[in-house]
Amino acid sequence: MLPIVVENIHKSFGDVKALQNISFTVEEGELFGLIGPDGAGKSTLFRILATLLLADKGTASVNGSDVVKDYRTIRSQVGYMPGRFSLYQDLTIEENLNFFATIFNTTVEENYDLIKEIYEQIEPFKKRPAGKLSGGMKQKLALCCALVHKPKVLFLDEPTTGVDPVSRKEFWEMLQRLKEKGIPILVSTPYMDEAILCDRVALMQKGEIMMINTPAAIVADFGKPIWAARADNMYHLIRDIRAFEGTDSCYAFGEYLHVTLHQPVEELKDHLKAHKGLIITPAKAGIEDAFMQLMQEQNEAV
Amino acid sequence: MKNYAIVTKELTKRFGDFIATNAITFEVEQGEIFGFLGANGAGKTTAMRMLCGLLKPSSGEAKVAGFDVYTQTEKVKQSIGYMSQKFSLYEDLTVKENIRFYGGIYGLSNQQIKDKTHALLQQLNMEKEAGHLVSSLPLGWKQKLSFSIAVIHDPSIVFLDEPTGGVDPITRRQFWDLIYEAADRGVTIFVTTHYMDEAEYCNRISIMVDGKIKALDTPKKLKEQFNADSMNDVFLQLARAKS
Repeated sequence: MLPIVVENIHKSFGDVKALQNISFTVEEGELFGLIGPDGAGKSTLFRILATLLLADKGTASVNGSDVVKDYRTIRSQVGYMPGRFSLYQDLTIEENLNFFATIFNTTVEENYDLIKEIYEQIEPFKKRPAGKLSGGMKQKLALCCALVHKPKVLFLDEPTTGVDPVSRKEFWEMLQRLKEKGIPILVSTPYMDEAILCDRVALMQKGEIMMINTPAAIVADFGKPIWAARADNMYHLIRDIRAFEGTDSCYAFGEYLHVTLHQPVEELKDHLKAHKGLIITPAKAGIEDAFMQLMQEQNEAV
Repeated sequence: MKNYAIVTKELTKRFGDFIATNAITFEVEQGEIFGFLGANGAGKTTAMRMLCGLLKPSSGEAKVAGFDVYTQTEKVKQSIGYMSQKFSLYEDLTVKENIRFYGGIYGLSNQQIKDKTHALLQQLNMEKEAGHLVSSLPLGWKQKLSFSIAVIHDPSIVFLDEPTGGVDPITRRQFWDLIYEAADRGVTIFVTTHYMDEAEYCNRISIMVDGKIKALDTPKKLKEQFNADSMNDVFLQLARAKS
């Protein structure tokens, strides 16, 4: 019995096609990522799986239960952390946690081993109202509340959005440890660099899944050589590379530009010879390169 | 002599016992892209609000576009543009109405608003969408439009507070094209972001930890200083060092 099975799910809101023909499965003990920007359909998919929204077409099951027929079973078995902070702001850390435990007919003590490590980090502030916590602490409390009933599947909708790189890194370290405890996790993120921390990912854009694979395979599939370029004046370098007729794509990637070409790189170097401090070297594709290439293909297909 | 867009000296803000911004001192040159980084709660927003003339400092000095943030807050506000991820255009006004509205707010004349509307729609390639409601536009277009509106009164400095959150990777880069273009025209850019690759696009970067500026230099020099491969490493070293 697979933790999550999604088959041909469609959902529209008026004219907006929020989800189109979405199918994927999450395996036992897997950390599966939905990677995509705002408007990709990630939250809609979570709401369907959490039985809060009905799909127009298609079927889905969570831990063997159908999201329509067996919604009650699913609700008691999943932990769901929505994108928007949705704990009680005027209850304290302790009160929120007890509240969620009670709702699920359990106690904090019963499953304490599961949340211990995360809870200990916020325990010194347990008398503080949730509304007065920092972003990182809110996120930890929300995760504790989603785990307090020992769920069989964990849904995390953009847990790291708007969170600084340090807290993001800590959060993913927590997820790795939860995964080791055998809980299958479906997590969404707009940060492409977080894809490599998942076992498998679905790259989503405008309601469609563009690709599903392991992060390593997605990068290996990129298939075109990428050149990293830099020069003293990066703005003029971007303009000049884009103006070169042999350029397929040119995007900023940190301190370098990533360039793909359909003409020899020597011709590009010649075209740019007026630039001071010019460096052009081969580079490795990342998830973000792959995502942008797929986006372009999707746009061209329209 | 260098022309400074922002100069601060020991700028401090206390809320009760809590020191949100603790004696920060830095300068931003005219035309520079300045990245203002820090963990959540490090004091970035407080510092930014003081620089925008929205919050009175507890002590220290700051001048923005040559104006004092204690006594000339209205002048400061007229000289700057501001855009944040949450800063929204009016969704139920059209593109053109939003431009007219903000032009009016910034005191442009009718003729100026007319000229600006024309130039801006052409630059953004949005002439066809001029009469469309902003709510019907894709997120990336809204962001480009709100950036253009933030600089409609030709401010010498524009403050961008996490302008690219949640945006797809192509649109995020197109947005940076706009930033580069504005900087090339001599506009000073003061930007916060959680994307460390974007930190690399800045001329200089400051990193705040617990209310203080812990590092300030070009991305290249910071990486050398911290013996790091990327700005992400630099950031993690600094922000983790505190605990």
